[in-house]
Amino acid sequence: MIATSVTFWLKDLLGSIGLSGDLLTIATYGILAVAVFSLLSVLALFLVWWERKVAGHIQQRFGPMRNGWHGWYQTLMDGLKLLQKEDILVFTRDRMVFFWAPIMCFVAAFAAYIVMPFGEGLIVADLNIGILYIVAITTFTIISLLMAGWGSNNKYALLGGMRSAAQVVSYEVPMVVSILIVVLSAESLSMVKIVEAQGGWIWNWNIFKIPVVGLVAFITYIIAAVAEANRTPFDLPEAEQELVAGFNIEYSGMKFAMFFLAEFINLFTVSAIAVTLFLGGWQGPGPASISFIWFFLKTFAVIFLLMLFRWTYPRLRVDQLMEFAWKFLIPLTFVNLIIAAVMKHFGWYLGN
Amino acid sequence: MAELRTEEFQVNMGPHHPSTHGVCRLLLTLDGEKIIKVEPYIGYLHRAIEKICENRTYPMCIPILDRFEYVTAMSCNYVFSLAAERLAEIEVPERAEYLRVIMLELNRIASHMIFFGTTVMDIGALTPFLYALREREMIMDLFEMTCGQRLTYNYIRIGGVSRDIPKEFIPKCRETIKTIDEKIEEYKRLLNGNPIWKARTIGIGKLSPELAIAYGASGPILRASGVEYDLRRDDPYSIYDRFDYKIPTYQNGDVYDRYMVRLDEMQESCKIVAQALDGLPEGDIRAKVKPNFKPPEGEVYTRIENSRGEMGVHLISDGTNKPFRLKARGGSFAHLQLLPEISKGCLIADLVAIFASFDVILPEVDR
Repeated sequence: MIATSVTFWLKDLLGSIGLSGDLLTIATYGILAVAVFSLLSVLALFLVWWERKVAGHIQQRFGPMRNGWHGWYQTLMDGLKLLQKEDILVFTRDRMVFFWAPIMCFVAAFAAYIVMPFGEGLIVADLNIGILYIVAITTFTIISLLMAGWGSNNKYALLGGMRSAAQVVSYEVPMVVSILIVVLSAESLSMVKIVEAQGGWIWNWNIFKIPVVGLVAFITYIIAAVAEANRTPFDLPEAEQELVAGFNIEYSGMKFAMFFLAEFINLFTVSAIAVTLFLGGWQGPGPASISFIWFFLKTFAVIFLLMLFRWTYPRLRVDQLMEFAWKFLIPLTFVNLIIAAVMKHFGWYLGN
Repeated sequence: MAELRTEEFQVNMGPHHPSTHGVCRLLLTLDGEKIIKVEPYIGYLHRAIEKICENRTYPMCIPILDRFEYVTAMSCNYVFSLAAERLAEIEVPERAEYLRVIMLELNRIASHMIFFGTTVMDIGALTPFLYALREREMIMDLFEMTCGQRLTYNYIRIGGVSRDIPKEFIPKCRETIKTIDEKIEEYKRLLNGNPIWKARTIGIGKLSPELAIAYGASGPILRASGVEYDLRRDDPYSIYDRFDYKIPTYQNGDVYDRYMVRLDEMQESCKIVAQALDGLPEGDIRAKVKPNFKPPEGEVYTRIENSRGEMGVHLISDGTNKPFRLKARGGSFAHLQLLPEISKGCLIADLVAIFASFDVILPEVDR
């Protein structure tokens, strides 16, 4: 039986074996951090494999097939290869910036999971500013990409870094405004409260609960999220055919692997947020102990959607990307927010 | 507010860059992402093909010229054989002419498939590339079945072709062109209505017919700018006058039109191949040509409609068994000169799209 939260359960457990005070806090969160880190690393490896499989099947090939059943440990072997590779350093790099960029990207990607409700009670810390915290911490990714672009002292990398900064800053606005619609409806920034407000039947999910507006907000959020995760059609920062590899052009070995894993963790993050905010999070039939299954199922469904985008669409151009954000998406989300506020005021909601 | 000091900067795009399709170096002068100037630097793939040919006998030139434009090696074989045949006034048997047309048109489709795949990939959609290669693979199989080679065929020889097609060729070829025709419709459905694809291609890299003619552009690029000019019809060679086909022409001269011209051309080529298969006569596949081929003294320029525009060979013979001088002309050379002209003021992403839409292949530029 899962208690109200794994954190409290763990705290009780560790308290019962005699830990107390600061030591208890450090031990509790230390164990949780390791657990979440391990889970996410495995998830990232899985997502890389899955993406390659999806891409393969869309393109009428198999994708990785050699290592294990349908190449299931291919990414593990790739990771091992990257670990063994020489860390090639450009002589003219900006040492500090170059070194810290991948670490910052990696940490920012993982830090968001402190407030991610994987299931009922499966949350590290239910902060009352949950979603705000996620928005803030994932923004660090931009800085890290900009750092990578600058620190590499390479023109392609710099162009990639500048592109990513411009892109993510632009798409942050529609993303946050879309999130605001949910916050407005749930009257809370806490991730747990937002999910709890969507309990019961499927029409209590925010996507259906606020008729039309919820759906529009979901779509605008997904578009902004694709841009945030730097994926096609918004993968300009690393547009291979234009900028070779963009910001990570000079990175090799484990530093590159950190960017690469962070990218897939960001993919999971944006999908998990979409599920939490719009698709009812862990809510689903069955007891609380299997709620995490619903969360993962829904998240993987959203990830699959994003993968389909990636392998079907061409890439937008820089100016078209900006135009789309500022002239279309941002006005649309603001209008949507105003309508949502009016509906909230008059209580035109489906469900409870 | 103090004036912000900005600077132009230069980027070397290539010789090793994913979108330069070979080893072309473009020196870009950029203002942010905007292109001020493009300077193509060529010559990285210079293999002195023309000079090598001066030291080889005529039949030995053909495998070398395979490498002149390796995506459509059949055309290279053909244009040289045609030159030699015109010099020596050799009459090519009927069956050989039909086989040549089939191979040339299949090769044109294969080449346009590469164009389609790489162009779409350069604009960011990775999947159609593999679709295009899947279809190209069927044509490669046909070539392998016929001459044992998949890229450099050495199939079309002076006076005919090197060997006859096997029995299974005809049914397999019919099936191939039928599949390809259907798949091209699929490509059109996949991309033509896509708003991102339209935004990236329509109105990008406009080439006026005057400019195109001034720079000596030919082939699909010229036809996309509204000039209906096709050497198969306007300077007839082989037996193209016996077939019924259209010359697809578009008016705007942008990336989208250049892409559409090629898609339509593939379908027209399918028609030609189908007609050639229907009319394929029995008979010899090669005229009697002495092993030590010595054309009479003379000079000839032959040109054919290749998938990348006009491909020509200027051949001067001094009566010996080796060419005195051989000059090969590829369409890509002229098209690469157009790049600085029409990509001024556009963005890097547009430059990539324009470059891809020209379908420049570097071995043809550098020779």
